[in-house]
Amino acid sequence: MTIGLQHYLILSAVLFCIGLYGALTRRNAVIILMCIELMLNAANIALVAFSSYIVPLMLTGQVFAIFVMVVAAAEVAVGLAIILAIYRGLADIDVNNINLMKW
Amino acid sequence: MGMAAAFWLMAVVAIVAALGVVSLKNVFRAALSLILCFITVAGLYITLSADFLAAVQILVYVGAISVLIILAIMMTRDVPHGSPGNRLKIPAFVVAVVLMGIMVFTVTRTSWPVASESPLVPTTAPLAAKLFSESGFVLPVEIGAVLLLAAIIGAIVIAREK
Repeated sequence: MTIGLQHYLILSAVLFCIGLYGALTRRNAVIILMCIELMLNAANIALVAFSSYIVPLMLTGQVFAIFVMVVAAAEVAVGLAIILAIYRGLADIDVNNINLMKW
Repeated sequence: MGMAAAFWLMAVVAIVAALGVVSLKNVFRAALSLILCFITVAGLYITLSADFLAAVQILVYVGAISVLIILAIMMTRDVPHGSPGNRLKIPAFVVAVVLMGIMVFTVTRTSWPVASESPLVPTTAPLAAKLFSESGFVLPVEIGAVLLLAAIIGAIVIAREK
């Protein structure tokens, strides 16, 4: 059985949904950030798979994956800085207890 | 044949590692599991003949982002109970499974216009031409540079001791 585009897309969907489940259910803010990274990686797999199966000579999907990586790096740097700032103020990173801005 | 075996190995390890990220109670072990998942994704890029992206995945995710995440876990070590779940476990599980069902259904029912050519190898020089050429993506590259600079300065300002 040869590996086709659909295998990669289904793998990407499975990884995305695992990341989504984690982001919705975990209470530790660092774990939530890790799950978001997982979802971004799943999207990257889909982009690269489309690129190499549908437009193999254009590489546009790989260029998009590079931009996703740039944004993911920026996001994780700022996100972890925010988590550290919250931890310094509240001594807690449980998202159920971070409700200062809840009306 | 070898490609198929590599794909199945990477896919199984990636899914098991991702399940470890969401289910392990110990935050540090979850982070190690996430790193394993990043490495297998790099392997998947190699099976897709995206060699440059595989190298970038190792450098950026396995090298930099995982170090940042582990640093944050170390800094917040005094949090008492590792990685607890919230009350939304069952609704979130239903949402994730339904979304996965929809995506798998759509992917398997669509007839993708798969091209017959084999992909470019190596990809580094064509990617550079694509990114930096006049008709390519040079403006998004510059915007990405500005975004990274803003993120670095923002992270320093937010995380600084007062």
